[in-house]
Amino acid sequence: MSYVDAAAVAINPRARRRRLLRKRFLRRPLAVAGLVVALTFILVAIFAPWIAPYSPDATDFNATLAPPFTPGHLLGTDELGRDVLSRIIWGSRASIEAGVLSTALAFLIAVPIGIVAGYYRGWIDPVIARATDVLLAFPFLILAVGLAAILGPSLMNATIALGLGAVPAVIRVARGEALALREEDYVRAAVANGAGDVAILGRHVLPNMSSTLIVQATLIIPAAIIGEAVLSFLGLGVQPPTPSWGVMLADAQSYVSQAPRLAIFPGLAIFFCSLSFNLLGDGLRDVLDPRTTR
Amino acid sequence: MSLLEVHDLSVRFDTDDGSVHAVDGLSFSLEDGEVLGVVGESGCGKSVSAMSLLQLLPETAHVTGGAQFDGLDLISAPKSKLRDIRGRRIAFVFQEPMTSLNPSFKIGNQLGEVLQRHLGLNRRQARTRAIELLDLVRIPAPKRRVEEYPHQLSGGMRQRVMIAIALACDPKILIADEPTTALDVTIQAGILDLMRDIRERLGTAIILITHNLGVVADIADRVIVMYAGRKVEEAPVHDLYASPQHPYTIGLLGAIPRPGAADEQGRLREIPGRVPSLAELPAACAFAPRCPRADDRTRSQKPELREVRPQHLVACFHPGVNGAVS
Repeated sequence: MSYVDAAAVAINPRARRRRLLRKRFLRRPLAVAGLVVALTFILVAIFAPWIAPYSPDATDFNATLAPPFTPGHLLGTDELGRDVLSRIIWGSRASIEAGVLSTALAFLIAVPIGIVAGYYRGWIDPVIARATDVLLAFPFLILAVGLAAILGPSLMNATIALGLGAVPAVIRVARGEALALREEDYVRAAVANGAGDVAILGRHVLPNMSSTLIVQATLIIPAAIIGEAVLSFLGLGVQPPTPSWGVMLADAQSYVSQAPRLAIFPGLAIFFCSLSFNLLGDGLRDVLDPRTTR
Repeated sequence: MSLLEVHDLSVRFDTDDGSVHAVDGLSFSLEDGEVLGVVGESGCGKSVSAMSLLQLLPETAHVTGGAQFDGLDLISAPKSKLRDIRGRRIAFVFQEPMTSLNPSFKIGNQLGEVLQRHLGLNRRQARTRAIELLDLVRIPAPKRRVEEYPHQLSGGMRQRVMIAIALACDPKILIADEPTTALDVTIQAGILDLMRDIRERLGTAIILITHNLGVVADIADRVIVMYAGRKVEEAPVHDLYASPQHPYTIGLLGAIPRPGAADEQGRLREIPGRVPSLAELPAACAFAPRCPRADDRTRSQKPELREVRPQHLVACFHPGVNGAVS
């Protein structure tokens, strides 16, 4: 550390804490790799039209089922002569969209419910907590598949279904945090100073659970990404010909013996994308957890 | 008419093991600009009675009695009315300065929150006033401090900020619950100095809850001694120290560590025995099992408060300065 940095740190301890967190994060190579890969997928999804060499729907019947490294088709083509790389790039949009938006939806619904249950207690808390337990007994994907079947197949409905499916888990986390935070001295002090419920929940409870919620989000996003692929695979999500990794897997089924790569490439994309968010989440949890000292 | 008139205040908690009487028939009054010390050991009901005044106790607490403040009974007032009193007319300072500030917000915003809520100031006015308040509680470089987060402040500083927040709306009463307990001795002195200064400059009445008799001697005008949820003695501060009447008070004063106060074996003097469980209140003097003056009457009858001299109340069958049994 240079002298200039040392001086800056001495003046601003908040910068020191940030620096400490960054240092702790950078010391975890898996977390850093997760961050880099996850960011890459997000950027690819955003800039898909400029990155993809072909339109995802462009067919080339002179080059169907071309193997990888065919000139002009790095990952080869599928049964209709569509460029696999382009379809994977475009397919990341559905995955990221479903992953991020469904998580956002889950938090919008679940956090207020969890906070109300955990902060107010009373009769509402056991009702919400037990209802959450019942819903948590259903596996996330079963719940999402059921909801998607009810809502009808489309990317938006799949996103809604995944979001609703994640609600119970988020309620449980938010409720647990609110239960702990309501006993904090600064919450009691705010009550004693005449703060209303909105101020207490919005200014004292919610901001102090944000790091937990961020970690939870990075763990739900990959689950939703896999969920989107599953729903699309089952025909409950993105509809062909719109590219999605799940749709690509479904299409590849018929050609598994001739061209297993058609299933392998989207499978790898799903694998790396969800893994990267998982690693990022694990890393953030370790770094933000005050009990870790390393 | 006093500023605050507490009459026959009782607090009962219903627990799984039956009810616990934390406060039993407490009455006292507080005059304008007065500093009232409330002393007693842990669990004697000091904090509970203070918190019951602003209805800050959990739902399991059953509070009876009355507390007249400005024509309003605090005990029976609806919560919506109390919200205007809390922090504005009656302010609270808690024991734990380290954890009583929200770690996610700058000092200026936490002070400003109270100002904006109760006084309707806008952001900029609130900020200006926040700086004035930090200056009032003698925090150096207040302009810089408003931009800082709680973890950047020491314990003493944080307690000053808590006091600044409490004083933000110029309350009539400041209730300080063990404000100096978590701080080291030199910082304690600074905080007490500050509270004395506040009383003089702003005329705020202060209820100071503490188990530290030294603190009380330093700043209080009048003292209430509590034991097992009851008031056992009340007197102007000089009378209490000059001629304590209740054996419990005498024991407390004797237990203050100072040179020469040790007994023959060189141990600090202590009050034998332990604080009784508050599960059932005996129809007797609660202090009897530990009292050197206890007799059959003490063990079978509850002593009522009586005035042994003007303004000096004591609940004891055998009061007196010395160990003499009457």
